Amino acid sequence: MKYALIPLLPLIAFMINILFGRRYIKDKAHWVSVPAVIGSFILAVSAFMDVKAGNVINIDIYNWIASGSFKVAIGFLIDPLTAVMLIVVTSISSLIFIYSIGYMHGDGGYYRFYAYLSLFVFSMLILVMANNFLLLYFGWEAVGLCSYFLIGFWFHKKSAADAGKKAFIVNRFGDFGFGLGVILIFLTFGSLEYTHVFGHASVIAGKTINFFGYDVGTITLICLLLFCGAVGKSAQLPLHVWLPDAMEGPTPVSALIHAATMVTAGVFMVARCNPLFDLSPVAMNTVAVVGGVTAIFAATIALVQNDIKRVIAYSTISQLGYMFLALGVGAYSAGIFHLYTHAYFKALLFLASGSVIHALHHAGHHDEQNMQKMGGLKKHMPTTYIVFILATLSITGIPLFSGFFSKDEILYRAFLGGGLGKFLWFLAALAALMTAFYSWRLIYLTFHGKFRGSDEHEHHIHESPKVITIPLWLLAFGAVFAGYVGIPPIFYEHGDRIGEFLAPVLGHPLGHGTHAEEIFVIAVSILVALAGWFIAYTMYLKKTELPQKLEARFQPLHKLLFNKYYIDELYSKTLVQPMLRASDKIFLGFFDGRIIEGVVNGVPSFIASFSRGLRRIQTGVFSSYALVMAIGALCIIAAMVFWK
Amino acid sequence: MSHLRSMILISPELLLVLTALSLLLLDFLVRRKGTLAVAGAAGIFISAYVNYRLIKVGMTGGTIQGMFAFDGYANFFKLIFYTTLLLTILLSVKYLAIEKISAGEYYSLLIFSTVGMMIMAAATDLLMLYLGLELMALSTYILAGIVRGDRRSNEAALKYFFLGAFSSAFLLYGITLVYGLTGSTNLREIASALHSLKLAESPITMLSLIFFITAFGFKIALAPFHMWAPDVYEGAPTPVTAFMSAGPKAAGFAVMGRVLFDVFGGLQMQWSIILEPLAILTIAVGSIIALSQTNIKRMLAYSSIAHAGYALIGIVIGTPEGFVSTMNYLMIYMIMNMGAFGVVIMLKREGFSGENLEDYAGLAKRHPVASALMLVFMFSLTGIPPTAGFIGKFYIFMEAVYAGHIYLVIIAALFSAVSAFFYLRVVMYMYMKEPAGDISLSTSKTAGIALAFAVIMVLVIGVFPSLLLNFARNSFFG
Amino acid sequence: MVPLSWYIMLSAVVFSIGVLGFLMRRNLIMVFLSIELMLNSINISLAAFSHYLQSITGQIMVFLVITVAAAEAAIGLAILMAFYKNNPTIKADEINLLKG
Repeated sequence: MKYALIPLLPLIAFMINILFGRRYIKDKAHWVSVPAVIGSFILAVSAFMDVKAGNVINIDIYNWIASGSFKVAIGFLIDPLTAVMLIVVTSISSLIFIYSIGYMHGDGGYYRFYAYLSLFVFSMLILVMANNFLLLYFGWEAVGLCSYFLIGFWFHKKSAADAGKKAFIVNRFGDFGFGLGVILIFLTFGSLEYTHVFGHASVIAGKTINFFGYDVGTITLICLLLFCGAVGKSAQLPLHVWLPDAMEGPTPVSALIHAATMVTAGVFMVARCNPLFDLSPVAMNTVAVVGGVTAIFAATIALVQNDIKRVIAYSTISQLGYMFLALGVGAYSAGIFHLYTHAYFKALLFLASGSVIHALHHAGHHDEQNMQKMGGLKKHMPTTYIVFILATLSITGIPLFSGFFSKDEILYRAFLGGGLGKFLWFLAALAALMTAFYSWRLIYLTFHGKFRGSDEHEHHIHESPKVITIPLWLLAFGAVFAGYVGIPPIFYEHGDRIGEFLAPVLGHPLGHGTHAEEIFVIAVSILVALAGWFIAYTMYLKKTELPQKLEARFQPLHKLLFNKYYIDELYSKTLVQPMLRASDKIFLGFFDGRIIEGVVNGVPSFIASFSRGLRRIQTGVFSSYALVMAIGALCIIAAMVFWK
Repeated sequence: MSHLRSMILISPELLLVLTALSLLLLDFLVRRKGTLAVAGAAGIFISAYVNYRLIKVGMTGGTIQGMFAFDGYANFFKLIFYTTLLLTILLSVKYLAIEKISAGEYYSLLIFSTVGMMIMAAATDLLMLYLGLELMALSTYILAGIVRGDRRSNEAALKYFFLGAFSSAFLLYGITLVYGLTGSTNLREIASALHSLKLAESPITMLSLIFFITAFGFKIALAPFHMWAPDVYEGAPTPVTAFMSAGPKAAGFAVMGRVLFDVFGGLQMQWSIILEPLAILTIAVGSIIALSQTNIKRMLAYSSIAHAGYALIGIVIGTPEGFVSTMNYLMIYMIMNMGAFGVVIMLKREGFSGENLEDYAGLAKRHPVASALMLVFMFSLTGIPPTAGFIGKFYIFMEAVYAGHIYLVIIAALFSAVSAFFYLRVVMYMYMKEPAGDISLSTSKTAGIALAFAVIMVLVIGVFPSLLLNFARNSFFG
Repeated sequence: MVPLSWYIMLSAVVFSIGVLGFLMRRNLIMVFLSIELMLNSINISLAAFSHYLQSITGQIMVFLVITVAAAEAAIGLAILMAFYKNNPTIKADEINLLKG
């Protein structure tokens, strides 16, 4: 029951806020939601302790429907993997809930914001705690739904409403595949329970099914379909386009949903299904390649963006790519480790940038997210500056900061992964260089140099209040020290505690390298981190004219990157525009009721006309009704006579 | 002793009759007609409580020379009837005042009709069955036409009466044939005679089976015996429509189940073959014609026809578990349908029918609570989880799949998808259209209680389906 | 003695006449009478069965049917009267306010 309370507390908070928010609670909504998630966090810690003591909890809380072999149960599985996710989700949610008290203060939809955010936490907890695919699917769709609500939270802003719509539509593609995958699992295994499915995975291993004329391994098909869902939710190529736009939502939402938790659901799901993925080399390679390519692809775009949140968003896509790369080379625990460290430093980056935006917004600055209009904020916002530096040191993989440990583990595992692995390692190392560059570029543009807005605005810039800075400090603590649960064995023999902890679920990664290889990988990653830092330092602090020169010199390349490889435009021309025309009609029509009416009256038009025709036999004269009855009875009699 | 036992076992029915008679008397004595509703409800509660005590003390078995059974089967249906009756009375109070219907007659007729249904569910003798059916039918004929000044109400009563009499003549003919064949009207004796005399294959048995199906099919509005239903449902006063779509329909299923399983159990193959196309036809006709309806009562009438088709699937598959799912479905359908009609009733006010789809435009803006209730009921009727309607359909379909009627399930599921169009159209009108004029609701405390009960039950059954299903299962298997 | 089958035939024929009358006649009173015809045809066969089977149930049934038919007639005519007040017609095919 203790475990059921973990998701239940946020759900209760949601219900209270949505039911009584508008009339009674209003701007006191945080008094409902914050204690609820902190309660969940405390329970999650206690669940973590239970798991650490060696218990794996797998209980069906409630059997909703049971009929023969088919059952729909609400059941929780809390094993090491779930325990880690629980800690990540509840701890970051708690901090972000507190942060939002300050950040969202005075917003008209304050209670609504907390209601949706609580609902999101509930859905996310269901997603990670589920012990069957149906509940996982429920959580999967529910987090998506909350994410659309929250992206479009300021729905009166057209760009926000559009971004919500975009996230919704793009995710449809992935979720469609994911849904098919779940159905295929049920058809193949006759059950949706994790224990049953994973226990019988090896039985299905060799089987194939015919798919559009090709014989495809059943497991491979299942894995690829599930991965479709992960690609959508975790914003990997080619479905990454929604995540940068999702930054239209409030910054706490970006931090919680679009950096720390929801977008990592895909990583979690693939790790959860590792017994299936292990059986399909094709699927594994797909995961690794998609991850590796996305990592460098997104990093290149981030090099030249000017919107502070978008840079971090592309960085998120890139880091998610790292995680998938790790999963794809079989280093599941490395992927989850990076998920865990990334959650802290990326949430910190977002919240710190939120602090900047908040300060600029209150100073009356209009272009509050454009880094080219910032600069010199160091002296006005020392706390924000320091935590920003800490997060950046972590994400760029400077030794002794958490990102170093997890990223290095991934690079090392990729390096050991044969030819494809070496290639992907190269991509990842290159991406690390870029990461270092764009992260420091962000710092220099924002905090160093001179303020590039008006003096009057600069005069009004203040450090954010305590309710914002305290969560920042706490997250900074996580961003620095979270990595110490996974120190590479080369430095400290029993250092990889998270790997050992997750091993019962995720297994040990394959392959053993020599010390020389490991030291080489570490050396390279440190080198690229420093190199990226140095380049950024040179370009944005020392020779500030250099960026313009380079931009002029490599104009086509810059344009290509600045416009994100024109992928949005490509999709727009080939897919979105034709569909948007249709979907716009649907959405707009939906709200003025024309389309629903049209669908209701129009789509089944042949049925409707049939219906109108059929109506005519109802003449209103009861003798004819009796005639129909009599004829009916006679027909039955005749049928029985002839049937004999 | 045995007379005393008989009297005890039929005391719930007797108490209801007593209540109905007292209401007729009270009608002369009291001026405030609300009192009648309270008195009627009190009588019904007493009767229901006595029934409950009888179950609790373990009274069971047949009585009145084996004509009447006090068993789990009958008691399950009695619960449906009691609930229908109470909800109808709660929903009627305001309506009677608006339409100036004489309350005493109205309530006592409702109760008489319910007694008829209870006798039907409990009857183990064709004679008793016929009596119960006629008591129910005659009372409902009058109820349908109780608004004497309304032409549509007149016409509904007239049509219902003529067609009802026509169909009971078929029932009587069937009874006669069975009686002539076996020399008995007792269900168990008939069954054993059919078995021992090897009459199961006789064409006369077959003919009587078909006559029974015709007559019962009329009561539960199976196509092609359904044509009375839309006209009568539309013309009758709305609370009566609600009552008719829930109570008599369930009673029809009760006798159908008992007769088919107990008497014609040996002919299960045959009646399954007869009923299967009827079920498909019923679902199809109900769902398709409902699409082009603009009067919400008429739409709900066609929906009610379609739902009878779904419930029939549980009988078609011929297994006891199948019939349990039908019982489950009937209970759920009764609750959600009473709820939906309850909202329709609230829209009625003097000089305004509130029956047209257009009247629902923008209801959500003016009356969010009523719209939310209607939304839940429409979702439930469509069969969207987590409402009770989904559970009802789910178990019926599941049982049909287990019994190997997969294509039947596919057809039913397809029409279920079609049905979403006309249910959700109501939702669309409420939530996505601008209100045309000022709509005021005739709310009352009693109607509020009834609707709250219905919506809570719809959601509770939707979330905890095993409660009801196990109850139905235990009732059926004793 | 008249054999049972004759009664059954008679009953069936009268019943069919009743059914046909119900379907064909347009005058509501005649439709009404057709129902009575159907019920009485049933009474014929019930009485015959009762005699043939030496079972009293059939005759009880006959009384019951007669009683119910009387009640039905009372209610039916009352409904008809109420109807006629508002719609002065007794033609079955003119009653089609409710349809579709």
